[in-house]
Amino acid sequence: MQLTNRSKVVTKPEMTFVESLYLPAIFSGLRITIKHLFKKKATLRYPEVTREFAPVYRGMHVLKRDEQGRENCTACGLCAVSCPAEAITMDAAERKAGEENLYREEKYAAKYEINMLRCIFCGLCEEACPKDAIYLTDRIVHSEYTRGEFVFGKDVLVEKVDQRIDISKRKKEYTI
Amino acid sequence: MAKVTIDGRSIEVPDGTTILQAARMIGPEVAPPTMCFYSKLKTSGGYCRTCLVEVTKGSEKDPRPMPKLVASCRTTVMDGMEVGNNSSPKVKEARKGVVEFLLLNHPLDCPICDQAGECHLQDLSYEHGSSKTRTDFERRTYNKIDIGEKIQLHMTRCILCYRCVKVANQITDGRVHGVMNRGDHSEISTYVEQAIDNDFSGNVIDVCPVGALTDKTFRFKSRVWFTKPMLANRSCDKCCGKVNLWYKGEEVLRVTGRKDQWGEVEEFICNTCRFDKKNTSDWTIEGPTPVDRHSVISANHYEVLTKPSVIHLNDIKPLPLKEGNKI
Repeated sequence: MQLTNRSKVVTKPEMTFVESLYLPAIFSGLRITIKHLFKKKATLRYPEVTREFAPVYRGMHVLKRDEQGRENCTACGLCAVSCPAEAITMDAAERKAGEENLYREEKYAAKYEINMLRCIFCGLCEEACPKDAIYLTDRIVHSEYTRGEFVFGKDVLVEKVDQRIDISKRKKEYTI
Repeated sequence: MAKVTIDGRSIEVPDGTTILQAARMIGPEVAPPTMCFYSKLKTSGGYCRTCLVEVTKGSEKDPRPMPKLVASCRTTVMDGMEVGNNSSPKVKEARKGVVEFLLLNHPLDCPICDQAGECHLQDLSYEHGSSKTRTDFERRTYNKIDIGEKIQLHMTRCILCYRCVKVANQITDGRVHGVMNRGDHSEISTYVEQAIDNDFSGNVIDVCPVGALTDKTFRFKSRVWFTKPMLANRSCDKCCGKVNLWYKGEEVLRVTGRKDQWGEVEEFICNTCRFDKKNTSDWTIEGPTPVDRHSVISANHYEVLTKPSVIHLNDIKPLPLKEGNKI
């Protein structure tokens, strides 16, 4: 039974002599193949060569330290409350005497976790942060074998004192 | 009885009512904000100038406007008085200045402050202030004073509203704290660092409009908007026992008095209820506290969500056909 009028009856006419040699078809195919050899490659050899990111690219988060190497985050919770995916959780703790070189303010995040499977990389946490602490960088979240490993804690998120992550391109200038 | 018109809305109030109370009777749309006035505390008000209003017509007998803006918490109504609050550009301008003055010495450490999210100064500056400051001077600082195990005093955050002093005078017996020094050097303190241990001293936490007096047992435990308020009560021999429990998961992090729509506690609660009863088994839970939809405390809580009513196909009946309503 015919359901639509879109079907077409296929006709298979007899090939002409030139067509039956197959050579024109082979050469036109080869021409396309050879043309691609001289074209610019669409791919990169990834780990060695990386593509340039747009300055607004939103990749993996970083928790920044200030110039003296103290953590900026004070666990104010604004990133967590602004997060539409509810990916961020934290626990605060009070800074003890002698820890002034570790944390900038009286309060700090004892635990800070981002569930990267929940995160939608919208960048609202960065926008909400009053302390310049969290930024999205151009780093790509690496793959893991289990779901649990995607809950990134402070050990992954906080930048190392000797390996700072450059976020100067993303930093917005505010005038207050 | 006196008839008073505030922002074009009239009300009859008894003589001796203040403009602020009359405005509160009309409704929250016309009520001026307050930082120091507290209806449950006698002689409070008159310090912060937040509730300034413009009196455009003094009274029926003397219709001249008042020459300057007046503090509505301290000015009583006259018959035929006309008052401009939100409708007056003068008041808006003055209130902006008041907020700037209140924030002159306020450290703005909201990211660390436990009051953030339920802070009256935060709401006030958000609504009436500007996002800029013009002062170049260093903010006033104090030496830290320990006023006991249960209450944390941050003198830098204080806006000197004197509410806690009134609580100490009127609610507790044997006042042990007050204001030292004068003017810009004023400071809330306890006499020779004496700890506060009255039965009702914990109420200074509830009346403080900023984060100057906070619960030490709740210090840095959680942000306010990650906790869930529940109405609860217990039979207490010292107070009414009606409180708000602030839950995080199964744990009661904090106990406070119940607040009305003006941010004032309905009834003062005792320190036993506030600090010592932090198990669910101590309380009879009445249900979740209604929270304003626009409050940050209701962020990510969906209890107030009204679901659309489910319509079953069997329930749908054809409209009755009337004359002239033919299909």
